[in-house]
Amino acid sequence: MQNNSVVINDLSLSFGNVKVLEHLDLEINRGEFLVLLGPSGCGKSTLLNCVAGLLDVTDGQIFIEGKNVTWEQPKDRGIGMVFQSYALYPQMTVERNLSFGLRVSGMKKDDIERRVKRASEILQIEPLLKRKPAALSGGQRQRVAIGRALVRDVDVFLFDEPLSNLDAKLRSDLRVEIKRLHQRLKNTMIYVTHDQIEAMTLADRIAIMKDGIIQQLDTPHHIYNKPVNLFVAGFIGSPTMNFLNGTIENGGKAIKVDQDMISVHGYEFGGAVPANGTKVVLGIRPEHIALEDQAKAMPTSAEIEIDLVEPMGSDTLGWTRFGSHSLIFRCASEVELMPGKKMLIGFDTARGSIFDEATGSRL
Amino acid sequence: MTDTVAASSTLPDRAGTTASPRGPKPKPWFTTPRVIMYSILTVACLFYLFPLYVMITTSLKPMPEIRFGSIFALPIEPSFDAWVKAWTGACTGLRCEGLSPGFWNSVKITIPSVIASILIASVNGYALVNWKFRGSEIFFTVLIFGSFIPYQVLLYPLVMLTSQMKIFGSLWAIILIHTIFGMPILTLLFRNYFASLPEELFKAARVDGAGFWRIYFEVMLPMSLPIFVVALILQITGIWNDFLFGVVFAGFQNNPMTVQLNNIVNSAQGSPEYNVNMAATILTGLVPLIVYFVSGPLFVRGVAAGAVKG
Amino acid sequence: MANVVVARRAPAKGVLGWLQKYVFRNISAKIAALPMILTVLVVFVGGMLWTVFFSFTSSKMLPNTNFVGLDQYVRLFKTSRWNVSVENLLVYGSFSLVFTMVIGFVLAVLIDQKIRFESVFRTIMLYPFALSFIVTGLVWQWIMYPELGLQKAIRNLGWESFTFDWITNSEMVIYALLIAGLWQGTGFVMVLMLAGLRGVDQEIWKAARVDGIPTWRSYIFIVLPMMRGVIVTAVVIVGSGIVRLYDLVVALTKGGPGISSQVPATYVYDYMFMANNIGQGLAASTMMLVTVLIIIIPWAYLEFGGKRRAQ
Ligand SMILES: Nc1ncnc2c1ncn2[C@@H]1O[C@H](COP(=O)(O)OP(=O)(O)OP(=O)(O)O)[C@@H](O)[C@H]1O
Ligand SMILES: [Mg+2]
Repeated sequence: MQNNSVVINDLSLSFGNVKVLEHLDLEINRGEFLVLLGPSGCGKSTLLNCVAGLLDVTDGQIFIEGKNVTWEQPKDRGIGMVFQSYALYPQMTVERNLSFGLRVSGMKKDDIERRVKRASEILQIEPLLKRKPAALSGGQRQRVAIGRALVRDVDVFLFDEPLSNLDAKLRSDLRVEIKRLHQRLKNTMIYVTHDQIEAMTLADRIAIMKDGIIQQLDTPHHIYNKPVNLFVAGFIGSPTMNFLNGTIENGGKAIKVDQDMISVHGYEFGGAVPANGTKVVLGIRPEHIALEDQAKAMPTSAEIEIDLVEPMGSDTLGWTRFGSHSLIFRCASEVELMPGKKMLIGFDTARGSIFDEATGSRL
Repeated sequence: MTDTVAASSTLPDRAGTTASPRGPKPKPWFTTPRVIMYSILTVACLFYLFPLYVMITTSLKPMPEIRFGSIFALPIEPSFDAWVKAWTGACTGLRCEGLSPGFWNSVKITIPSVIASILIASVNGYALVNWKFRGSEIFFTVLIFGSFIPYQVLLYPLVMLTSQMKIFGSLWAIILIHTIFGMPILTLLFRNYFASLPEELFKAARVDGAGFWRIYFEVMLPMSLPIFVVALILQITGIWNDFLFGVVFAGFQNNPMTVQLNNIVNSAQGSPEYNVNMAATILTGLVPLIVYFVSGPLFVRGVAAGAVKG
Repeated sequence: MANVVVARRAPAKGVLGWLQKYVFRNISAKIAALPMILTVLVVFVGGMLWTVFFSFTSSKMLPNTNFVGLDQYVRLFKTSRWNVSVENLLVYGSFSLVFTMVIGFVLAVLIDQKIRFESVFRTIMLYPFALSFIVTGLVWQWIMYPELGLQKAIRNLGWESFTFDWITNSEMVIYALLIAGLWQGTGFVMVLMLAGLRGVDQEIWKAARVDGIPTWRSYIFIVLPMMRGVIVTAVVIVGSGIVRLYDLVVALTKGGPGISSQVPATYVYDYMFMANNIGQGLAASTMMLVTVLIIIIPWAYLEFGGKRRAQ
C-alpha cells in the first residue's frame, strides 16, 4: 500500500499570459492534514481548484490515491470540497443539500439516507435537516457545507478558506471541530487559509506559498523555528520576527550589527560556514528576547530604552531600538514596562535564524 | 479514463510518461453540444439581423428591382435616391416635405426633455438619499408604482392639464410630458447611484458647512458622470422612440420623427414606394442605433438599471 | 442612509412651531423634490382618480359630470371591438410573456457558456431594443407583406406553396405582432437574465461540479430558483409593457385587417381622440389599469410584504 494520497507532479497553470503556478511538485501523505498558507493572490485557491478538477491544468499531472486524475471530472476524483462562501443551494433544505449530488448520481434511497444520517450525526446538524440555508447561522451553514463533502464518502477533503466568513469566536470553535473531525475520519485534507493561527493549529504540515511557488513544506514547528528564507520567517509569527542586518565576522563566529558584535555561538549553519564579510540578516523572534536578569544569562545582551508599550492582555509587547534597527520583544504581562525606561535585553542567536541578505535563504 | 499504469505502480512516474494523462485534457475543437450551441446562437442572430438587412437593402434598391426581385437579394444598382427622397420629399397626406421636419422636431423635443428630466431626477435622487424628509420615501414609492400605470389611463387628464396651462399641442406640452414620464426611472437610477456613494463624503461636506445645492453641485455632480451618461442614453433613446405622446401632445406642426414616419408609410396616397419607406425607417432608427452602438456597455447598464428595483 | 437633522433651534409653539417642524425643515430638499411631489400628486394619483371618476359619466366630446353609473362599462363589454381587443391582448400577452421569458433565458444560458465573440452576440441580440416600436412595426410589415416580402422571396426560391400572409389574415395577425414583439424585446430579457446568471456565486457552480450535477440540471434546479428576483422583475416589466402595447399595432397592422388586431390601447385612443367618446375611452383605460393592478399588487406584496415579514 502506497503512502501517498495526493501527488502533484510538475504542475503549471496559467490564465492566458498570467502564469499562476509553475512546475509545482507536492506529495501529500494519506491521512495527512496539509495547510496551504500564503498571502492573497499567491495561487492557493488555484492550486486547490486544480486538485479538485475545477480548473484545467496547463501542464503536469495530478494523482489521487494512485490514480492519475489529471483528465478526470471533479466528481470522479474522490474529493469533497468546502467553500468559503459555503455555496449551499439556497432553495433546498439542508437534507436536500446533502443528498442532491447522491440523488443525481442515482444512488439508492436507503443508502442516501444512511449517509445523510451519518454525516449529520458527526456534524451534529440533525435538528437542522428540514431548514433552508437562509435560516441557519454562519457556523451552521459551514457545517452543512462540510456535511456535503462528508456524504460523498471521499478520500480527500479540500477546504478553501472555510472559516474566513465567520467571526473570531466561531472561527476558533469550528477550527477545533475540524481538527476533531480529522482525528476521527483520518482522511487526507488539504486546507487553504491565510490565517496563520489556523495553519499552525490544524496542520500536520504547512506549505507556505508565494507567487505560485512553495517556499517551505514542513511541520508547523519547523516552519516556525527554522524558516528556510526571509519570506517565510517574516510571514509566520505575529508580531513578526525582528530582522537585524549585519556582516559575518570572526570566521563565522559572530555577526557585526552596526557597531556591536553578536556571537553566533551554537548556531547550526545549514551548509558551509559563510565567509567573513558576507552580508546577512539575523532574525530573532520577539518571544526569544529575554529581559533583565534572564538577559544577563544570554550570550548577547544590551541595554536599551523602551519606546512604546503594547499590552495584549496575556502578554505585553515592547518596542525599542537596537542600534539602527527597531526591535520588538514579548514579555509576560506582569513585567512593568514604561516608555523611556532603560532595560537590559538579551538573546541567544542559536535560537534565531540567519539569512543571506542577497538571496534571502537560510544559512 | 483511468490510468492503469499509474494506478498499479506505487509511485507515479515523476518524469511523466507519455502514456499517462498530463497537461490539459485534449479537447476536440468541436464537440456536439458546442456545435449545437453555436448553431442556435447563429440562427438567433440571423433572425435579429434579418430586418436590418432587409431595411438597408430595400432602401438602396430602385422600385422595379423591389417589385421583381426578392427581399433576400442585394441591390444590383444601389442608389441613395430613396434616402434623399425620404429625407426631403416623401409625402404625408398633402405635404411632401420628407422626414427632415420630423427629425428637427424630434431634436427640439428630445434635447430640452432630456436635460430637464435628468436635472430634476438627479436632484430628486440626491434629496431622497441624503435629505430625507417626512414622506419622501412614500412619494418615491408612489412614483415608482406610477410608472407602471398604463399611459392611456393618464392620457386624458394630462390633455386637460396641458389645455388648462394653455400649452396643449405645443413643444412645451410634449417636453413637460416627457419630463414627467422620465422621472420615475431616472429618479430610481440616481437614487440607487447616490445611495452607493460613501455616506461619509456627504457627512464631511455637511460638517464643512455646505448646504443642499452646494453639496449637489460641488460634491455629488463631479462624482456622478457615468450615471449621467447612462441616464442620457436611456432618455435619448426613450424620447426619440416615443410615438403616443408625440401624437397626442405635440400638435401637428411639431410631430416628432416617429409620428411622421408612420404617417409617411401608413397613410401615404398613391402607390407605395417601399424603398423610400425603408429609407425613412432606417433614418428614424439611426439616432437610437448610433447611441446604442457608441455607448455599448453603458446602454446595457441603463437597461439593467431599469430592472433593479429600489 | 443619511438622515441629517438640521440644527435644532428651541422648538417654537403653535403655528410657527408647526411650520418649522413640517415645512421649513429641509426646505431646500422639499423645494428640489417639488416636481416629484407634484408629479406624484397631480399626475399619477390625481390623473388616475380623474380617469376612474369620469369613466362613470356620459362624457362625449368634453368631460362632463353627468353620472351614468356603470353604463360605460356595460357598453364596453357589449362592444365586439373591445372584446376582440381583450381577447387579442390575452393571446398576445400570454404567448409574448412565455416566449420572451423562455427565449430570453435560453439565450442568456447559451451566452453564459464562455463562448467566443460573446459581446458580438449580445450586441446583435439587443439592438432591436434600441429601436422604436414604430420602426419595428414598419420593418416587419414590409417583411411580412405577402406580395413582395418573405412569402414571395421564398416562393421565388422554388417553394411555390409557401404561405406567410399573417398580416392580412385575421386569424394569424396577432402572431405577426408576436413575432415583431419578440424580435424587439427578447434581447432585453436576455440581458437581464444574463446579469442574473452572472450574479450567481461562482462557488455554487464549483460545488455543483464537485457534486457531479450535470450543467443543465444545475441551471434548472439550482440557478433558476436563485434568480427569482430577476425573473419576477422581468415578468413585471414585460407584463406592464404588454398591457401598454400600442405603437407596434399602429405601425404593423393599424388594428386590421378589420378589427382583428385591435388591442385595448388602440381602443382607448380611438374613442378618446377619434370618436369623441371620452367616457368610453376612460372606461376602457380604467379596465387597463385594473389589469395592471392585478399584475402589480401580487408582485408588490411579494417584494415588500415579504421584506416586512423578514424584518
Ligand atoms: N480567472 C482568472 N483569470 C486570470 N487571472 C486569475 C484568474 N483567477 C485567478 N487569477 C489570478 O491568479 C492569481 C492566484 O489567484 P488565487 O485565487 O489562487 O489566489 P489565492 O492565493 O487563493 O488568494 P486569496 O487568499 O485572495 O484567495 C491571482 O493573481 C489572480 O489574480
Ligand atoms: Mg483564494
